Amino acid sequence: MTTGTLITQITDYANRADPYPLYAELRKQPVRRQDDGTYVVSTYYEVRSVANDPRLSNDTRNRPPGYARTADADDTGLPPSFIFTDPPVHDRLRETITRPFGPPHSPRFLDGLRGELAQVVTELLDAFEGKDQVDIVEDFAYPLPVTAICKVLGVPREDEPNFHGWADALASSLDPQVGEEGKEKGQQARQDLGAYLSDLIETKRRHPGPGILSALAPDMTPADLEATAVLLLVAGHETTVNAITNTTLTLLRHPDILDRFLKDPDLAVPLIEEVLRYEPPVQFVPWTTALADIDVAGTTIPKGSPVWLMLAAANRDPQRFEDPDRFDPDRKDNEHLGMYTGIHYCFGAPLARIELHLAVPELFRRVKFSRLLEDPPPYRANAVLRGPRHLPVAIEGLTA
Amino acid sequence: MSADTDVQLLRRQGRIVVVGASLAGLRAAETLREQGFTGSLTMIGDEPFEPYDRPPLSKQALLGRARPEDTALPRRRDIDAEWRLGVAAESLDRDAKQVRLTNGDTVPYDRLLITTGTRARPWFHPEEAALDGVFVLRTRDDSARLRRKLTSGVSRVLVIGAGFTGSEVASACRELGVEVTVAERGPAPLVGALGGVIGAVADRLQRRHGVDLRCGVSVTALEGDDVGRLRRAHLSDGSAIDVEVAVVSLGAMRNTEWLAGSGVAAGPRGVACDAGCRVFDVNGIVTDDIYAAGDVARSPHPLFDYQFLALEHWGNAVEQAEIAAHNMICAGPDRRPHLWLPMFWSSQFGVNIKSVGVPSLGDQLVVAQGSLAEDKFVAVYGYRGRVIAAASFDGAKWMGFYEQQIADGAPFPPEYRMVDRRTETLHPVDPAFPDPHLPTHGATVTLTGHSPSERRVAFVPSHA
Repeated sequence: MTTGTLITQITDYANRADPYPLYAELRKQPVRRQDDGTYVVSTYYEVRSVANDPRLSNDTRNRPPGYARTADADDTGLPPSFIFTDPPVHDRLRETITRPFGPPHSPRFLDGLRGELAQVVTELLDAFEGKDQVDIVEDFAYPLPVTAICKVLGVPREDEPNFHGWADALASSLDPQVGEEGKEKGQQARQDLGAYLSDLIETKRRHPGPGILSALAPDMTPADLEATAVLLLVAGHETTVNAITNTTLTLLRHPDILDRFLKDPDLAVPLIEEVLRYEPPVQFVPWTTALADIDVAGTTIPKGSPVWLMLAAANRDPQRFEDPDRFDPDRKDNEHLGMYTGIHYCFGAPLARIELHLAVPELFRRVKFSRLLEDPPPYRANAVLRGPRHLPVAIEGLTA
Repeated sequence: MSADTDVQLLRRQGRIVVVGASLAGLRAAETLREQGFTGSLTMIGDEPFEPYDRPPLSKQALLGRARPEDTALPRRRDIDAEWRLGVAAESLDRDAKQVRLTNGDTVPYDRLLITTGTRARPWFHPEEAALDGVFVLRTRDDSARLRRKLTSGVSRVLVIGAGFTGSEVASACRELGVEVTVAERGPAPLVGALGGVIGAVADRLQRRHGVDLRCGVSVTALEGDDVGRLRRAHLSDGSAIDVEVAVVSLGAMRNTEWLAGSGVAAGPRGVACDAGCRVFDVNGIVTDDIYAAGDVARSPHPLFDYQFLALEHWGNAVEQAEIAAHNMICAGPDRRPHLWLPMFWSSQFGVNIKSVGVPSLGDQLVVAQGSLAEDKFVAVYGYRGRVIAAASFDGAKWMGFYEQQIADGAPFPPEYRMVDRRTETLHPVDPAFPDPHLPTHGATVTLTGHSPSERRVAFVPSHA
């Protein structure tokens, strides 16, 4: 066990496989000041209340000089994407982007992607044929979300491979512990991706095709559209990879529930929601700032303080969830914070749920699993977008 | 036999009668069973349908996105009740502890729950109200009939009253491409509930969506043709408009007539009950076997000077029903108070409106977030220097925060910096509520004074 403050321990890679005991320790003081003036909120009701407080900003430009700002807000020549903005800018961008993406204007858009995504799932699983060992991350969870985002944006299929690299570098740069090198790689990737997207947007403007970029090109500045596309890629990619992988891992660790799931595919809905509580793909949100003093649980978070909202800790808060460390798909009233809460609630949640519901039941229907080959599996460095780097499993067979 | 034994006996084999089989009645019944009541349960409802959800009736159902018959309320659990549907309660006999139904049957009770709710206020002139084309909107049948009419090629609809229901009907008409005139006696739509400052935003919204909005006028007469079909409406400004459909949206009336003469404190403002949902008698003495919940109930609220508060809100019906049910089968120390913070929503002209607290109590208003000009804002109402209410247009996600501010009695105006604050300093203005003595039909929260009794009780000092 490493030493240091709880937060250093949580971000320490040595504790990546099981940060939950540390979160439990953290919850003993719901609002905790760090030496650098950052406030860490870790209990369910307090996280929910602060996340919905209009005195909380997602724009790190509101932090006093000297505090960490998101890579996004650094000088990449691109505007911050909507996740790092506040209303009214945030609401205008999000509403515009929602128009081609979801209800009320486009209630059938995502549904229309099901066929193609199901096809991707089928192809990925077909490739398991003849193998006795697969890596759920590389061979299954990883390719689907990039394809999904590309379909949403309208990126030509032949360009998809490039997106994997960019998505990786960008996602890593969101980690608060990222070093200078990682930060630079992240910014480089964002610029490369930006250059690619700016060409693509120009093409879409002249020759509209499927996907939201074509629909949005007339209504948004190229820079805003570019920033949005980058955000959707980053936020929609690794999170979903983690969610698919975490679901697989959790099921293989709970054979009794897996048995029930195999007999009753309808269990998928509560089961996937329970994974989002139990192993949320975004563990905490470290980029918010108090615009004014916020009183919460007897502590005042002073104006200007960086605030970290510990979603994964809140999701295991015994004040809210009975027996919180038990994975229990029968849990009633499972209002977890795995997709966040308030105005910044996960924009891609409906897409992520479609992907999870296409991928997970089909994976377990077709693949006869034997066992986990490494438990715990090796994790990625990222403490925020926490998830296995590989999930090697032994398999016994594949049905059609 | 001690009171506690009574409670145990009641829980095992008591007879509980619920009069009013809608949202509050159903949720109460479910709570009773949930908490272990195993006696007999009778649900009495004047409509022939099992409990259904009303909010969609003026929204999705009119637009054809949901069928009125598909609005049945989801059941939380089996309630194992005897259903007496399609027959109304006619009177209450407290001495005999029984409810008499309109078909002559009597139903005895050990505990009675009154959840008779409200009905649409009818057009004041019965013959005009009976014209073909004159509608009210409260029930599933009302909604289905109005929908059929609106989609049968009508040239113009008149909506009488621009409260929430009237405004939602007007919104649905425009979405269906039907021409609509709205006549409102007050200076703006929603003015009774939210005041004139916000009313002005609603006014602009309606006009921009093509509503022929006429404020400051009332409808004086509805005129039919010789076969009894509505053909024209006459307004107080001397004008007349040709219409085939009139939707009377003049608010709700509480269904308390059946309690006349029963000795409980029931009247046009509702059935008075204490914070534990126990109904008062006309002398202000609390009964212990009769409870009330939902739209029909009025009970004192500590956040609002302990005035009796009557709430026509969906969420209130649910929570008050749960509290009433719990208290009905509990001994005194285990009873819980109903301290719900008023909250309601509406959806009209593409805008989601949400309000918490009691705006009409506000003496000042600030726009804390967003801007009135953009139809997207949070307005905060102050009362004697504290936050008393908030109303949002497309800002519902912030309402949880303001709910907490109201509950905490936070100082008004909220001077601190927050997202989407457009002005450095806030300038409180008068929210411009109409004189409370004038009838309004927009308010869904009503402060009904401090006295539980509708009737003036003569004070006769006792002599030794």
